[in-house]
Amino acid sequence: MSVPKTGISRRDFIRIVGGVAAVLSFPSVLFQGCRALERARKRTSLIWLQGQSCSGCSISLLNAGYPDIITLLVADISLDFHQTLSWGTGEVILEVIKKRLEDRKRDFILVVEGSIPTASEQYCTLGETNGLAKGIRQWVVELGAAANAVVAAGTCAAYGGIPAARWKGEGAGPTGATSVAKILPKRKVVCVPGCPPHPDWMIGTLAHCILKGAPKLDEYNRPKLYFGKTVHDRCEWLKDYKKEKFALRWGDKGCLYKLGCLGMDSNCDIPVRKWLRGANSCTGCGSGCIGCTEPVFPDMGKRGIYEHRQA
Amino acid sequence: MARIVIDPITRIEGHLSVEIDTEGGAVRGAHVRGDMFRGFENILKGRNPVDAVQITQRICGVCPASHGIASCRALESAFNVEPSGNGLLIRNLILASNFLQSHLLHFYVLAAPDYIDIAAILTYQGTDETLLRLKAWAAHELAKENKPHHQPAAPFFPRYSGEGIYLQDHDTNITHIAHYVKALDIRMKAHRMLTLFGGRMPHIMSYVPGGVTTRPTTEIIKEFSQTLDEIEQFVTTCYVPDVLALAKSFPQYLQMGAFNGFLAYGEFPRYNAPAELYFPRGVMTGGSIETLDTEKITEQVRFSRYGSASGLHPSLGKTEPQPEKGDAYSWIKSPRYRNKPLEVGPLARLLIGYASGRQDIRAETDKALARLSASLPSLRSAMGRYVARAIECTLLCRAMHAWLDELRPDEPPRSTYSIPETGRGAGLAEAARGALGHWISVAGGRLDNYQCVVPTTWFASPMDDNGTHGPMEQALVGTPVRDEANPIEVVRVVRSFDPCIACAVHCTGTKKPVTMAGI
Repeated sequence: MSVPKTGISRRDFIRIVGGVAAVLSFPSVLFQGCRALERARKRTSLIWLQGQSCSGCSISLLNAGYPDIITLLVADISLDFHQTLSWGTGEVILEVIKKRLEDRKRDFILVVEGSIPTASEQYCTLGETNGLAKGIRQWVVELGAAANAVVAAGTCAAYGGIPAARWKGEGAGPTGATSVAKILPKRKVVCVPGCPPHPDWMIGTLAHCILKGAPKLDEYNRPKLYFGKTVHDRCEWLKDYKKEKFALRWGDKGCLYKLGCLGMDSNCDIPVRKWLRGANSCTGCGSGCIGCTEPVFPDMGKRGIYEHRQA
Repeated sequence: MARIVIDPITRIEGHLSVEIDTEGGAVRGAHVRGDMFRGFENILKGRNPVDAVQITQRICGVCPASHGIASCRALESAFNVEPSGNGLLIRNLILASNFLQSHLLHFYVLAAPDYIDIAAILTYQGTDETLLRLKAWAAHELAKENKPHHQPAAPFFPRYSGEGIYLQDHDTNITHIAHYVKALDIRMKAHRMLTLFGGRMPHIMSYVPGGVTTRPTTEIIKEFSQTLDEIEQFVTTCYVPDVLALAKSFPQYLQMGAFNGFLAYGEFPRYNAPAELYFPRGVMTGGSIETLDTEKITEQVRFSRYGSASGLHPSLGKTEPQPEKGDAYSWIKSPRYRNKPLEVGPLARLLIGYASGRQDIRAETDKALARLSASLPSLRSAMGRYVARAIECTLLCRAMHAWLDELRPDEPPRSTYSIPETGRGAGLAEAARGALGHWISVAGGRLDNYQCVVPTTWFASPMDDNGTHGPMEQALVGTPVRDEANPIEVVRVVRSFDPCIACAVHCTGTKKPVTMAGI
């Protein structure tokens, strides 16, 4: 691994923004984007907040392949605040975001990972102001107003996700967990859902926001680049489905529909993009899609993730 | 006496803060606070039991491999099925891959930045291309005339500063910076290796009750084995020497941050003998090992933000969040074993394995101690926790090769199951950071109750019903603080435990939902 002089290469950019299908669909975006990328030597500032999160979106970002994470960190973005990666701690690092609020320069992108509790500030706090803990909701409100773009990383930030899931089989839970868009009703929040989101989706969306503004979004504010088709449409087992060859036990070969696969109801490109530099996919490993990029995850109406009683 | 609040503690998983009182230049008292709450157990209630395998992984994006396994084991005990041989081995391989990933991430990315001096790169004189680029980059970022619109040299700066607080030796610093870059690549490869069997990471797709969904093909085994070789090479030639070099440079941390009292549920069952665990199960207070009796575990909440009864066994756990509860100061509960706080994690696994007489654990530990000219008791310290992780990685790489050899590509990766109308079960596992237990009951074929007791609640717990502080709070007492504006000694001790707060604050069962506030 090395640190390229020029940051993201054209080839890397095509890989993360497109994959084969998208190169054909969005050639203009790609080529304009690449020229702009080569010009852009100024790193863009990123403030990454964690609400009610598991940090899985951050860990997924660390698994970036093209470009790798160290290139991203030193050549492409300036990760000014991140609770897992910043070397500074306590007041030393908190000063960074406090100062950004005072500057009011709208010169950074706010990324939020995790849902935001609304019932009490105590459900998630970050730092103290005048001896009182400050709620993450307040940080998102203030930094959201000061940022030049807001990106929701992962399904919890995008739609509420698991912290906002059905509580005891009915209704909402006590923390009032909700999406970033609900906290910032006046802002356009670009959603990169997924539990976790693929690192390419995150980096590609950020690159697009930095270079060309917000990408084209679908009805759930997801970039169409990545979420334009269903998992089923691109599934490794599509041929088996057409031949009505279904897996009935885990580990069997065949379409996973009868084991509860939600690929027909869920949009993303994992069957072709795959995880960890082509290592495997949710459908490819014989498990099936659990619908994690959808606003209804993990409830899927009243159904939940799995339906079967034996396997 | 001075009060110091460190909030947020970065470079851990999640929202943690520490409040300390100092007197005479050392910590006199410490309060460790978990600052986030979600409520997983009630989200699980009423669902198809198999949903738990996916949902509990979302408790933590750093250790989903452990939550998924604990959940599978809890379901298997409730469904009355055993995992298939392949399933058991593949889960071992997935979990061990994540241990390697987690320990490398912890040392290089989360903990070592408290010791090494990144500024050493500015005076680098060597010829390595990557380091030369980093040098040019850092010099440009930190130049006074350069006024960027961002934080210069983030995420490496700003940081705690002060005379002599970081490693002084230039070459060791440079080696370490080079290995930081390399470790980011190697930890990604550990996740890639895991994904060959797991489908993805974080949040493994292939876990199911009875085993996994992935068949162990010869192609997967070959690719896994090659990646493991590369990781093993890094562990033996970089990771272990780096940890030992750090321990030699900061010998005072072999005396600091101690706690005495350990618990391990044990992990890595043997093929055909699942009751035999590679890292043994046990409780150690004083020098001797006693057999674990999970009935002795209680969760206490006097100083935690829950309004429900204290001192319940996890299988009966019913808790209600109470954000504004009087003198409560944490969302973390206080698990206790026979009313005593215990440390869990790699050090607990190592010491319990050593005391149980496991030859390979003893041999690797003795080797490391000889290179440090240190004694076994000195491992009960902040630095000892780093050393224990490195030894564990050496042992795991070896064990993983053996598990790969035992896989049978022609056999299915799982046993079959039917979800019963009623059932109860428990699943014990180890996460990279320590003992993890899931307790479950099924009624009407749906999840009726689900409780998790996770490693960080054990060691980062607040005071219990008797007012006894948690292990991390106790370990902090006596830690010297030279500069109250830069309390680096405190965060070194905190990070030595590898806390994971998303895990620690996950659970509850409310009867009355709190009113939703207006957005």
